[in-house]
Amino acid sequence: MKEKMMKITPNVSWKDITPGGVITKSGNAEEFKTGDWRSMKPVWHEDKCKHCMLCWVVCPDNSIIPEDGKIKGFDFDHCKGCGVCTKQCKFGALDFVVEE
Amino acid sequence: MPNLKELSKKPARLTGGHRMCAGCGAPMVVNWVLKALKEEDKAVTCSATGCLEVSTCLYPYTAWKDSFIHSAFENAAATISGVEACYVAMKRNGKIDDTYKFIAFGGDGGTYDIGLQSLSGAMERGHDMVYVCYDNGAYMNTGIQRSSATPKGADTTTSPAGKVIPGKTQTRKDLTEIIAAHNIPYVAQTVPAIPGTKYMFDLYNKAEKAIYTKGAAFLNVLTPCPRGWRCDTSTELDLIKAAVDTCFWPIYEVENGVYKLNYKPAEKKPITEWLKPQGRFRHLFKPENEHLIAEIQAEVDRRWEALLHLCGEK
Repeated sequence: MKEKMMKITPNVSWKDITPGGVITKSGNAEEFKTGDWRSMKPVWHEDKCKHCMLCWVVCPDNSIIPEDGKIKGFDFDHCKGCGVCTKQCKFGALDFVVEE
Repeated sequence: MPNLKELSKKPARLTGGHRMCAGCGAPMVVNWVLKALKEEDKAVTCSATGCLEVSTCLYPYTAWKDSFIHSAFENAAATISGVEACYVAMKRNGKIDDTYKFIAFGGDGGTYDIGLQSLSGAMERGHDMVYVCYDNGAYMNTGIQRSSATPKGADTTTSPAGKVIPGKTQTRKDLTEIIAAHNIPYVAQTVPAIPGTKYMFDLYNKAEKAIYTKGAAFLNVLTPCPRGWRCDTSTELDLIKAAVDTCFWPIYEVENGVYKLNYKPAEKKPITEWLKPQGRFRHLFKPENEHLIAEIQAEVDRRWEALLHLCGEK
């Protein structure tokens, strides 16, 4: 199937999209940024982090990035600022602050 | 017990960039179910119409790294069972080599109500599939309408608390029991992964068992919805703990007809601990509605006692 990837606007007709609305890529939602939804923001203090991974366990947006069994950092392109992760940290490594 | 550091090395099968609300419990459930797949195994996922479906698959984006199908509200189980039957035939004819697993997800609306007949059919036919219901207790996607999973007393737009009725007047349907009555190999009720609890890996373990048990399997997972429950996003998992500790949502499994209670709270807490923090139950705490809390407590007690008997705990 011919791959069609485009910005969907009110002017796009059914002839411009794939038959049946099939999406030929997988996992491409990553290209869509949801970070601008945030009103609150988690702040990670790497020095206090024990890499217990408990924040990573709960993140609904897969925005806490693991690498080799450790926390590498936060993906603020997709983090929506729900704050669930900040309530899991026992080491004071996660603050929850108002997004500037 | 699974090792978190090792599990974190497995690539996630659901990406960020989906349009579920901030703090939505459904992707937490999906993440942990998909983590139970062996890395080398492929999956075909399917979803009933609902928040999860409309938010993870908006043309031209998909948050699923595996194949994903959506056809309609009422037929997620029928759709995935058809794909499974096709796979079995292709495998038999040597047209496919890879190992595929088949997982359907549905909210309580698409599972308890609208998709019940197709789910019942797929379970009875015994397809090698898993159906996961993320039960957040109402049709949240369309703006919080009551479903048969909505707890008694909850304020929804179609059971509005006011002068006429005090929220939903009926008690919730027990879907886990209905599916258990299909006598399929594996049925379980659980909650999302909550750090610091004894049942933190319960969803993961049950998903693994469900996926790798031959035949039909069903998981019912209580899932927080901050919009519908009228609660704070960051502390929403505390509500799930309250649901478990008050025995509103027991964690148990039925394997080949044998019941097993997987977690028994050391101290059974009063139902108000589950009701109080949620805005949808706020009206129940008015003096004129106090008798309703007693009725809800009596119903929870009755169902808990019945389950203890089934599990051989009494």
